[in-house]
Amino acid sequence: MKTFIEGSRAVADAVTVCRPKVISAYPITPQTHIVEELAKIVANGKVKAEFVNVESEFSAASVVLGSCATGARSYTATTAQGLFLMAEVLFNISGMRLPIVMTCANRAVSAPINIWNDQQDSLSMRDSGWIQLYAEDNQEALDMHLQAYKIGENKGVLLPVMVCMDGFILTHSYEPVELISQEDADRFLPSYQPEDYLNPDNPVTMGAMVGPEAYMETRYLMQEAMENSVKVIEDVANEFNNQFGRYYGGLIDTYKLEDAETVIVSLGSVLGTVKDAVDSLREKGEKVGVLKVRSFRPFPKDAICEALKGAKKVHVLEKAVSIGMGGIVSSEIKAAFCGKTGVPEIVGSIIGLGGRDITVETIIGILNGSGDSSYDQFIDIKKELVEDPEPSDEAVAANA
Amino acid sequence: MKLKPGAIADSHTSHGNLTGSWRTFKPVYKQKDCTGCKLCVINCPEGCVFEVEDRKYTCNLKYCKGCGICAVECHVNDIEMILEDK
Repeated sequence: MKTFIEGSRAVADAVTVCRPKVISAYPITPQTHIVEELAKIVANGKVKAEFVNVESEFSAASVVLGSCATGARSYTATTAQGLFLMAEVLFNISGMRLPIVMTCANRAVSAPINIWNDQQDSLSMRDSGWIQLYAEDNQEALDMHLQAYKIGENKGVLLPVMVCMDGFILTHSYEPVELISQEDADRFLPSYQPEDYLNPDNPVTMGAMVGPEAYMETRYLMQEAMENSVKVIEDVANEFNNQFGRYYGGLIDTYKLEDAETVIVSLGSVLGTVKDAVDSLREKGEKVGVLKVRSFRPFPKDAICEALKGAKKVHVLEKAVSIGMGGIVSSEIKAAFCGKTGVPEIVGSIIGLGGRDITVETIIGILNGSGDSSYDQFIDIKKELVEDPEPSDEAVAANA
Repeated sequence: MKLKPGAIADSHTSHGNLTGSWRTFKPVYKQKDCTGCKLCVINCPEGCVFEVEDRKYTCNLKYCKGCGICAVECHVNDIEMILEDK
């Protein structure tokens, strides 16, 4: 039976049935409703967890690092500035191989301050050693949390997982979703049983200094764990499908891709609009398809190249920019094709920064536009805001 | 030996890191005017200063980095830092 519920509350419900033992978070728009609901759930005794109130995101991340190190399944959530305040701890969590799950309610980054949606925050944290999964709608977002714990806690992975869902567009919208019962969740997700954890009866050293003689090997093993997660993400998506009958792709998903000559690649909630645009173009006989990047870390190079090999033109739409380079996702897709033959033309488009609305017309405009693979274009830039005005006749005359 | 995920090690492994090798100056505990205030014990960042008997303190030179905090804090100047030849 479906429940009509806000995205944030659906996520809070999914986190609850994962039976976390410790939750720590600091409220920040648009993540607030998730942790507000979780605080209420814990206070009402519906889950046996500690909710630790903290004074900053740095502390929230530090609390869950510590609790996870003691062997307790742990959860936090944040966005944008909060995520960046956590930055140091994010690297510590992944380096200590603690499979914490965090929701990132994607939001634009200051300055100028902007609380609306884009994906600059999580994409900027791409090198932090966290697995990053991007949800397209609220059902996928809530289901992704169960999958996230199962992926991260896999013995061959042991990495933290960031579940990225678009702020406001998903977190604050009401959609009918299937919530997951405690019995079903328990059947899917076993309890967290780490081999080593902080325990006075059997002490270990965690997070100690490692010098030049072994530091590189710690990074090598993290890269290996990320590579292991490629298969685990697929397997867990299939297991979830077997039990719940819902599947959104593992690393990637495709839509009307088989015979597509032009493919739109994107991640997150904008894919709903992209699919509407593709449907309307298909009705006119245009061979257009969609590739959804569900896992950004690990970056599914092989799956993406395989899916795009028949395409002539690929448009990468992304709500983030690496200033001084261009699109983040488009750069990585171009790099994935490096050294291969039959490479499609790949056009990067920066869209929807700071909550700028993305419509079907925006997307069709990009497909009909003049963009090419030599640069990544900013879409729908308002000329009057970036160019000097034409001088008036009086000003020209005065200067003559 | 293969590293464990997160480089988790046995307990007390940091004891194997003999920080005494960092030292240039070494503290000499004169044990003459000591009042037993324990400021040297409290302020040692390595926790390697210890009591031998009443108002007699010394430090474990395996771990003493020679930072000199104990000598600065000692209000009766009963600790002297001397250049160490190794």
